[in-house]
Amino acid sequence: MFTMVRFVTLFHQAVLQGIPILYGSTGEILTEKSGHLNLGIPGVMYFGAISGVIGAFLYENNVPTGEALNPVLAILIPMLSAMLGSLLMGLIYCFLTVSLRANQNVTGLAITTFGVGFGNFFGASLVKITKSEVPSLALPRTSLLFQTQLPFADKLGVFGQLFMSFGFMTYLGVLIAILAALFLRKTRTGLHLRAVGENPATADAAGINVNRYKYSATCIGSMIAGLGGLFYVLDASNGIWANGAFGDRGWLAIALVIFVVWRPDLGVPGSIVFGFLYISYLFIDGLPMRASELFKMAPYIVTIIVLILTSVRKNREHQPPASLGLSYFREER
Amino acid sequence: MALLNKIPKENSAAEGQKRVKEPLFHIVKRDAPVWYKAWLIRAAAIVLALLLCAVVTVLLARNVNPLDVFKAMISGNFGTVRRIWVMLQSLSILLCVSLALTPAFKMRFWNIGGEGQILIGGLATAACMKLLGAKMPPVLLIFVMLAASIAAGAIWALIPAVFKAQWNTNETLFTLMMNYVAIQIVSYFTMVWEAHKGSANIGIINSKTHYGWLPQIGNEYLLSIIVVLALTVAMYIYLRYSKHGYEISVVGESQNTARYIGINVKKVIIRTMILSGALCGIAGFLLVGSIDHTITPTSSNNRGFTAIMVSWLAKFNPLMMLLTSFLIVFLECGAKEITTKFSLDKSFSDILTGIILFFIIGCEFFINYQIKFRHSQKEVA
Repeated sequence: MFTMVRFVTLFHQAVLQGIPILYGSTGEILTEKSGHLNLGIPGVMYFGAISGVIGAFLYENNVPTGEALNPVLAILIPMLSAMLGSLLMGLIYCFLTVSLRANQNVTGLAITTFGVGFGNFFGASLVKITKSEVPSLALPRTSLLFQTQLPFADKLGVFGQLFMSFGFMTYLGVLIAILAALFLRKTRTGLHLRAVGENPATADAAGINVNRYKYSATCIGSMIAGLGGLFYVLDASNGIWANGAFGDRGWLAIALVIFVVWRPDLGVPGSIVFGFLYISYLFIDGLPMRASELFKMAPYIVTIIVLILTSVRKNREHQPPASLGLSYFREER
Repeated sequence: MALLNKIPKENSAAEGQKRVKEPLFHIVKRDAPVWYKAWLIRAAAIVLALLLCAVVTVLLARNVNPLDVFKAMISGNFGTVRRIWVMLQSLSILLCVSLALTPAFKMRFWNIGGEGQILIGGLATAACMKLLGAKMPPVLLIFVMLAASIAAGAIWALIPAVFKAQWNTNETLFTLMMNYVAIQIVSYFTMVWEAHKGSANIGIINSKTHYGWLPQIGNEYLLSIIVVLALTVAMYIYLRYSKHGYEISVVGESQNTARYIGINVKKVIIRTMILSGALCGIAGFLLVGSIDHTITPTSSNNRGFTAIMVSWLAKFNPLMMLLTSFLIVFLECGAKEITTKFSLDKSFSDILTGIILFFIIGCEFFINYQIKFRHSQKEVA
């Protein structure tokens, strides 16, 4: 039966599935607006997640079991380490593609190999340190802080359950997406960034420092994406790290960029739609386990359809940045 | 650290320009570098990468002699006769996928859907083995398997190609998405055909009857090696000496030129992608029919992505790919041996592969460009 209660739980799950993808896609949109297709986003998110987990693990293990964690430190340490980790990946990507002008697809895929390998290696090492019997690492105390909801959420009835029952990083993700949209559409710097992505030669001639824009957009984008990985571990999966559990969410983030036609503000509803599609098999009772695998295709198929529609309609507002994927050689103009 | 050092330099170069001074350095494109110089630079990059890998291994696994790391790398590839065969076999499959992607890349069509095309081809082979196994003579079955996997791979590549040709739909993103559709389809069928209830694993198909297993030539490894060697030569001739190969190059260089000299660009795109997908299908066919005799969502083992690297490093030259695919497989087998020998998690080999790839990717810059510093210019003047 489809009841309100069930809808509320499904919506809650859809949002938890959607927010990591939202972080990833907001970061990727900023990167792509500078003309760089960063296929390393899955690796960046993975790397960010494990960096945050390492930070949280070190802090949580230094506080004796009985004592309470200092909430400010317990939240800031994982977030800062996740951002630092993903910044490092962004810098490697930038150095190779912007400074050394390497092929973006090849570099991105190498970043993904490296980031996922790094994450799994340190994930396995941490599990070994804790001598846990299951192949996963639990950070219950840190996770509890990340999941703390607003105090008045329960008093607002269905509305409260639907929109107020999340940890702070959910709202942060929405806020970052909206700010990114405003930045791209309303500010001069955002205009310059879009110019760099559309036609770097023209931007260069107009006195815009192309490389600086590319570096900043990619690095900030990577940091945002890394937070998505952190959110997935510490909020959506209750502080439990297991190798490979992150799955294909990084690629879904790249898919979401297309789905929302390169607009971060649309990413907010878009990511919830993706979340619903990802868990859509839960809607149908008595569905065999294997059918859920077919339902997991839904986000990709929807993305392909959007990709086709935008290219067929040729609406100038909804196109990828014109120089997406091309390196810029000033000397070759 | 090299990273951190580089960025301030970039900034100071930019500031230098503002003060209308000569920048600290500028970058000049080299004319086609002599081949041995290019390979010298690549070799230097690989040596540097290996050194860094040794440092990382020593840091992460305590009490390891760095020399042992390199020894393990070599013994992982050439330690025993069996290891050499296994290495050659995985080289052949990687090379097959790289050959498949090359015509598309030469046309500037970024087919990063190799992963999906291999899987769907492999799935078609597995389906034939599973469903038609006992119903037809073995020789006929193998031909049906081959045809099915070629068709499946070709269709998987044809879909993005048609949209690219007709509406210029972004093929990088399209083929990337098609990978995950294929992975989900395969994981659906692994559950449909699972060997034990709830295992989500097909197991070895026809393990008793060997229906649909490709014949062994000499030993179990040689068949795919021979097939792929033949394909390599054929692809070299096709790209170098045939009219099709010429058309692919022209479309890749400039679509406008291609149209001007009367090449039907849409036809070339679609034809080349069918070829690309079909070869990926053959890779899936060899993988399932001759090597694994089973299929899982991770059967292709990221080869669709690694092959991009192989093809790109070889500058899209099929003969050169023998060398570049050997390089990548050598590193992968070596890294795997390091992982087992020093009892590290298996993902450690991904870290090493990643580091080495960064260096190889980065060194292409020093092959194509020259950095001229301010003082060296004055000497010239």
